[in-house]
Amino acid sequence: MSELTTARDDTPGRRRATVVVSGVASDAHTWNLVFLELLLSELGFDVANLGACVPDELLVRECLERRPDLLVLSSVNGHGHIDGARAARALRDRSALAALPVVIGGKLGVAGSLTAAQRDELLAAGCDAVYEDSVDAITAFRSFLSALPSRAFR
Amino acid sequence: MTGAVPAAGGRIGLGEFVRRAADAGELVVQPRMGFSSSTAMRAGLLAVKAAPATTVGTITLDSYTRLGDLGAAARAVSAGEDLNGYPIATHPVRTTRAVIDGVRDTAFPVQVRHGSADPRHIFAALVAAGLDATEGGPVSYCLPYGRVPLDESVRNWAHCSELFARLREYSPVEPNLETFGGCMLGQLCPPSQLVALSVLEALFFRRYGVRSIAVSYAQQTNPRQDQEAVRALRRLCAELLPDVTWHVVIYTYMGLFPATPHGARRILTHAVELARTTGAERLIVKTVAEAHRIPTIAENVEALTHAAATAHTVSTTAVPEHEGSDSQTYAEARALVEAVLDSGPDIGRSLLHSFKSGYLDIPYCLHPDNLGRTRSYVDTDGALRWADTGLLPIGHLVRASGRSRVTAAGLMEALSSVRRRYDTVREEVP
Ligand code: B12
Repeated sequence: MSELTTARDDTPGRRRATVVVSGVASDAHTWNLVFLELLLSELGFDVANLGACVPDELLVRECLERRPDLLVLSSVNGHGHIDGARAARALRDRSALAALPVVIGGKLGVAGSLTAAQRDELLAAGCDAVYEDSVDAITAFRSFLSALPSRAFR
Repeated sequence: MTGAVPAAGGRIGLGEFVRRAADAGELVVQPRMGFSSSTAMRAGLLAVKAAPATTVGTITLDSYTRLGDLGAAARAVSAGEDLNGYPIATHPVRTTRAVIDGVRDTAFPVQVRHGSADPRHIFAALVAAGLDATEGGPVSYCLPYGRVPLDESVRNWAHCSELFARLREYSPVEPNLETFGGCMLGQLCPPSQLVALSVLEALFFRRYGVRSIAVSYAQQTNPRQDQEAVRALRRLCAELLPDVTWHVVIYTYMGLFPATPHGARRILTHAVELARTTGAERLIVKTVAEAHRIPTIAENVEALTHAAATAHTVSTTAVPEHEGSDSQTYAEARALVEAVLDSGPDIGRSLLHSFKSGYLDIPYCLHPDNLGRTRSYVDTDGALRWADTGLLPIGHLVRASGRSRVTAAGLMEALSSVRRRYDTVREEVP
């Protein structure tokens, strides 16, 4: 976890929902991850930022250990629809992670928007939502967050 | 069209090509370009060669190849997936040879650009294909490009630089290596540290026998500060690299890019002006697609054409060698370089030691081997300054603004300051 988000209010006795933010295996971009880490911690989540180029095995291991309430995958290098689908399948292979909410967002293909088939593939592989980079991606993502069940006991 | 450089005699390397162009008063322009299909890659190189500009061709490699995940690259190629670059270690050597055959010649050098902290398979593949110009560095191809530990990257780059330099024993062409140190994370790294890293990586290359070097600097947030930085870079190279040939390559803005076509063209215009007013010999362009997706061949040709036409309207100011170089940026860069060099006789080890002790420290870098004590901000005049110099040995030179808490909105504001400026302002025609 980076030290960007150390200043937070911590009300004792309340469990904060935890989120893992992660890049995918081939993606080196980090500004997206830094931004998402800040955004989520400002919204009151405990955030673990795994950084860039996270191999599937490391992602699975971190999720098994941390048992987050949500996994946010981010990719902008254009390989996101391939890496994201592969990572989601690796996660869903573990029964302990079968119900983990997983979302992915960013610039997920190399040609602008994804084709319907590429998008469906991400959903079929186990992503619960796909947020392609656009003016209202973050707004849509925030409504997803407020509907998360784990928010109820925060 | 590469009229400035006569195509006589044996083939010349990238360094010599750029020198001849500079002597003829031409700015060399070059795209960032790579496609997974070898047919598209060859078509792209041919189009760049035919553009009305003095050009160098580029083969940009895809992310799987960069990470050494050749299995993923092979699967994508056989599935016909479009990658974000050319998988040089996956296509057979003869395919890559065929891509450059009859395209790459004395009038048209071709450079491989990647971003790998463990580039051994990449060097092997490019050398096997007969290529002799590439880019990188132990720091700049490590910290922004994943999670390979810095000490491994230093080891890998020492090994590859040494082998690459020895190409001259087998070919009349002097191999050329470019530092990527002038572009750490693309944005929000103050210019003095970019200059210092570019110089330090050049010194690293020289230590391993490379004699033809390009030093990079990426356009940042304020034109005047950028000029100061490139002059500082030239002066430090003149002082510290007297025995190798070097030239300066400018990268058109590498941060969050203007999203409108007019904004994209205008920032490219300013990058050309930066190159021309500082005597930089080569420029890597960006296209109107930058903010959105991988550019097409046509978009690349358009950017090269625009850059070359602009270059012809701005004359190179014959700045006397050190004029304008005695600046704040020079003083900071010099202090950083000296602190690293003073920490020991071996440049690779000194770089490692410097990152450990915070003598070098990249703002906002998540890599585990970066200390992360520094912060930067974009000032009201558009200049990129230190909010916190952490443990950098420049505390005596800088009055840091003091760190304020970083917020998501504040970070986006800083990241998009350039985009906003270029996308909105339409008056003040350059
Ligand atoms: C800076 C930069 C770099 C730096 C990155 C340094 C670092 N460590 O971060 C450097 C120079 C190293 C770099 C390298 C590369 N880059 Co780059 N890079 C950029 C650039 C210029 C800015 C990215 C940025 O900082 N954005 C700031 C953040 C905050 O915005 P963002 O990433 O877009 O994220 C926003 C949204 O996408 C969204 N979002 C993202 N993730 C998620 C997730 C969820 C759940 C939600 C809801 C939203 C969301 O929210 C964010 C805020 O709005 C972009 C072009 C541009 N945008 O102008 C290219 C760009 C992203 N890079 C690109 C590429 C291809 C690469 C390379 C592969 C090289 C190449 N072939 O050209 C390598 C990466 C190698 C690798 N292994 O991945 C392409 C991707 C093409 C595509 N998708 O079609 C781009 C678009 C440039 C281009 N047009 O070619 N890059």
